[in-house]
Amino acid sequence: MTTETTKKFNIDTVENAAKTPDTELPWAELGLKQNEFDEVVKVLGRRPTGAELAMYSVMWSEHCSYKSSKNHLRQFGDKVTEEMKKDMLVGIGENAGVTNLGDGWAVTFKIESHNSPSFVEPYQGAATGIGGIVRDIISMGARPVAVMDPLRFGAIDHPDTARVMHGAVAGIGGYGNSLGLPNIGGEMVFDSVYQGNPLVNALAVGVMRHEDIRLANASGKGNKVVLFGARTGGDGIGGASVLASESFDDTKPSKRPAVQVGDPFAEKVLIECCLELFKGSLVEGIQDLGAAGISCATSELASNGDGGMEVELTSVLLRDPTLTPGEILMSESQERMMAVVTPENIAAFEAVMDKWAVEYSWLGEVTDTGRLIITWDGVVIVDVDPRTVAHDGPVYDRPFARPEWQDSLQADTFTGSVQDAGRPSSPAALAAAVTELIASPNMCSKDWITNQYDRYVGGNTALAYPDDAGVVRVDEETGLGVALATDANGRYTYLDPYHGAQLALAEAYRNVATSGAVPMAVSDCLNFGSPEDPDVMWQLAEAIRGLSDACMVLGIPVTGGNVSLYNQTGTTPIHPSPVVAVLGKLDDVARRTPSGWREDGQAIYLLGTTAAELDGSEWANLRGHLGGLPPKVDLAAERALGEILINASRDGMVDSAHDLSEGGLAAALVESSLRYGVGARIALQDVMDRDGVDLFTALFSETQGRAIVGVPRSEEIRFTDMCTARGFAHTRIGIVDAASGELEINGVETLSLDALREAHEATLPKYFG
Amino acid sequence: MTELPLIGEATAVAAEPRLAGARIGVVTFPGTLDDRDAARAVRLAGGTAVPLWHADTALGDVDAVVIPGGFSYGDYLRAGAIARFAPLMSKIIDAANSDAKLPVLGICNGFQILTESHLLPGSMIKNDHLKFMCRDQVLRVENSNTAWTLDYEAGQEITVPLKNQDGQYIADEKVLDALEAEGRVVFRYVGFNPNGSRRDIAGISNAAGNVVGLMPHPEHAVEVGFGPQSLDGIGGSDTDGLGFFTSVLNKIVGGAK
Repeated sequence: MTTETTKKFNIDTVENAAKTPDTELPWAELGLKQNEFDEVVKVLGRRPTGAELAMYSVMWSEHCSYKSSKNHLRQFGDKVTEEMKKDMLVGIGENAGVTNLGDGWAVTFKIESHNSPSFVEPYQGAATGIGGIVRDIISMGARPVAVMDPLRFGAIDHPDTARVMHGAVAGIGGYGNSLGLPNIGGEMVFDSVYQGNPLVNALAVGVMRHEDIRLANASGKGNKVVLFGARTGGDGIGGASVLASESFDDTKPSKRPAVQVGDPFAEKVLIECCLELFKGSLVEGIQDLGAAGISCATSELASNGDGGMEVELTSVLLRDPTLTPGEILMSESQERMMAVVTPENIAAFEAVMDKWAVEYSWLGEVTDTGRLIITWDGVVIVDVDPRTVAHDGPVYDRPFARPEWQDSLQADTFTGSVQDAGRPSSPAALAAAVTELIASPNMCSKDWITNQYDRYVGGNTALAYPDDAGVVRVDEETGLGVALATDANGRYTYLDPYHGAQLALAEAYRNVATSGAVPMAVSDCLNFGSPEDPDVMWQLAEAIRGLSDACMVLGIPVTGGNVSLYNQTGTTPIHPSPVVAVLGKLDDVARRTPSGWREDGQAIYLLGTTAAELDGSEWANLRGHLGGLPPKVDLAAERALGEILINASRDGMVDSAHDLSEGGLAAALVESSLRYGVGARIALQDVMDRDGVDLFTALFSETQGRAIVGVPRSEEIRFTDMCTARGFAHTRIGIVDAASGELEINGVETLSLDALREAHEATLPKYFG
Repeated sequence: MTELPLIGEATAVAAEPRLAGARIGVVTFPGTLDDRDAARAVRLAGGTAVPLWHADTALGDVDAVVIPGGFSYGDYLRAGAIARFAPLMSKIIDAANSDAKLPVLGICNGFQILTESHLLPGSMIKNDHLKFMCRDQVLRVENSNTAWTLDYEAGQEITVPLKNQDGQYIADEKVLDALEAEGRVVFRYVGFNPNGSRRDIAGISNAAGNVVGLMPHPEHAVEVGFGPQSLDGIGGSDTDGLGFFTSVLNKIVGGAK
């Protein structure tokens, strides 16, 4: 087999590369710039072999090396206080950060993008997005326990949106449901800026005991390197096919899918198999194979460990025997893992593989030479310092500047604009406006999506969409659990990237606190346009600066995440979309707070004050306006509000809580009513008088730092005393009216819950069937 | 004003010590997803859950078996089609058909495996709307005399989660008529047929009543705060599924509840 295979290729060996310095190489086709190729030659002291070129080109890509964002991302590591460090067990840089939950428990979570593949092939793109992020979580030694999916699509009525939406949702469901992981929330936004660049982000969270934390490193000379899981195929190779000079054989399949194809069953088996390996302490280091496949796994494992590794590439089990060495190194075939195993544990490792019927092959071993040596049938085709591949890629200080148009954009406020003509003020017009808002593409019920996801599996889901945060129990004995929310507002961030990013963090923080959980850590997925455009680069730099500053004030660290650049069609970038995930902790999930009110006669309070902030709002969006400044950020107020919500939950002072964000108070009131189908009578005169706003503004403004809570009569005094003592604005705005079946607002025409529900739930089925 | 139970407060029936001796096997195939949940349901009902592995060649010391939901072997061929050939399945089939009439409950993928194994008639095809569907589903208990429904009243309506892709129950008219005539339609969908199943059938039994299969998931309605949060079932329907497990445990232990 080996000799036959070897014959197929014109193997470009290290020896050959040294002898033929002038051979033309397709570095440009592989995405390297002249200066980057020159750097590779300098690092190696000779031209790279074809296989080495494949490795450097993919590992030095924007996706793998963060070369445009690295200089800015440093702030997440630099701006860290003692408060932020106290619960961090593993920080940025590993597959995912790890946070201490107490009682010997640890939690790891991460959010990533799978944007471009999900546009090309929505089902597989979205499915493998779930697969990849789940393997990141397993790689840390954790059992994955839940997933979430923030989604951003083009205009709801654009013909191509249905293609992407159907495919992505079915892919997330088809893959995630087969893994036994509950899908506990996410986001859904429609905006024409995402037409050619939908954002399909995926988050996974996992839990483990402290002693089970695993890191991606290959240490211990003589330990064995093993590749297990699915076989390596030709999917996701992308540009590697230009290494055609490697191949003699032009009969091989020529059209290889650039998008990887997922096999959720293989992943599910891989999860159980890995957890059994961890339980038996059978692996020293482990790494999942995602972007850049074996190139990434070998170079990262080696450079994070003792620095050396020897691998025989013909030992890789293949799905397609015609693959060239370069293609094998670059293949992004899914459901694969690489591990380092001591010689004593080989038999036990193999027994676990056999039990789960998982294929594996021993590729080589760890060395102390500081070199990553890859051979093809014994002949050296890669001989590199793994650090130069995995960590010492190019880093760019891309030029950035505040766009010329930013000032005029910010000067164009909604109030008084053409689009603001005929602002509703009569009771009938306001009632119609509330209904229009909650039926609009971004504010309508997301049931059409979430009903395609399993939220029950595992039996630990304590809250899921449509509640503000997803809550999962971790410890069945004590009730210890985690809460998660993801948020972003591309319009806010477009108007003001620094504050827009902070608003995303503030909202996710608020959502987690609303559920009663104490926020602990942040993961972010930074979706932006091309970093080579100084306008976009400025948006990215400002967003990172804003996020890192805000994390210091809120006292929670960024433990991981991902940057997705080049999300643009032609020269038109998407709105800058930093999706921020916040993780919180509940000592007992029994204390969690749902978003809907239920008990008749309970008092409803509005926390926080309301200003006239309509720029960038959902209402302005519905009227086709985007300009001005986003709502003000007040992180101290967010923290104060969070503490009130957490304490109220812990001490049983509130039975429901819902944060105010997109769609303002109007959306929150309707959502809290529809959650359990329980009505309320609301009077906003006190709020209007105190804050000096009219009824329309009270309902539709998107002022931050606000929430509505349902307070049992018996707890009212205790609750208001707490708010007063903390100096936090609070107003009783109504009572729960369980029998009415209506939402009555300030004499605004009474809205029947049945009609609201019908309007809220009809939108997605209308467009997507 | 009625006091609502604190969400998540353990208001599940206090497990009766006398039930702990009953041992319920929970089968895991590669790709099984709800095995931990089924085991939890057995425990919360007071019994002892015993993990069973698809490759086992003996059933061991169990008094009943639950085949939980999931996607055994990925269900890439036809749901349950490969699982039926697992070594353990032949033991389960023999025990279910023996004079001892081992109680067997197939939930979702477990139901699909039972029809593929011919322990139950008919078959499941893709939902009529062609999508995966997850919802809180109201069921009517049509037959309260099976091993798994003794603790319910005939005609009782219960709410349990439903989540599947291939949940449309089909059989030919003769089989359907026979099932109806023999009282073997154990559960019917109420209010909404979520997948196009013939005659709104959600679950059926064999002639002896020891083997029951259904698409919805009673094991996800056994704990307050973690079950259906349906509009009309606030705090009330969270544990509607527990009766499946107490039924079989009481039957095994013997004596009235």
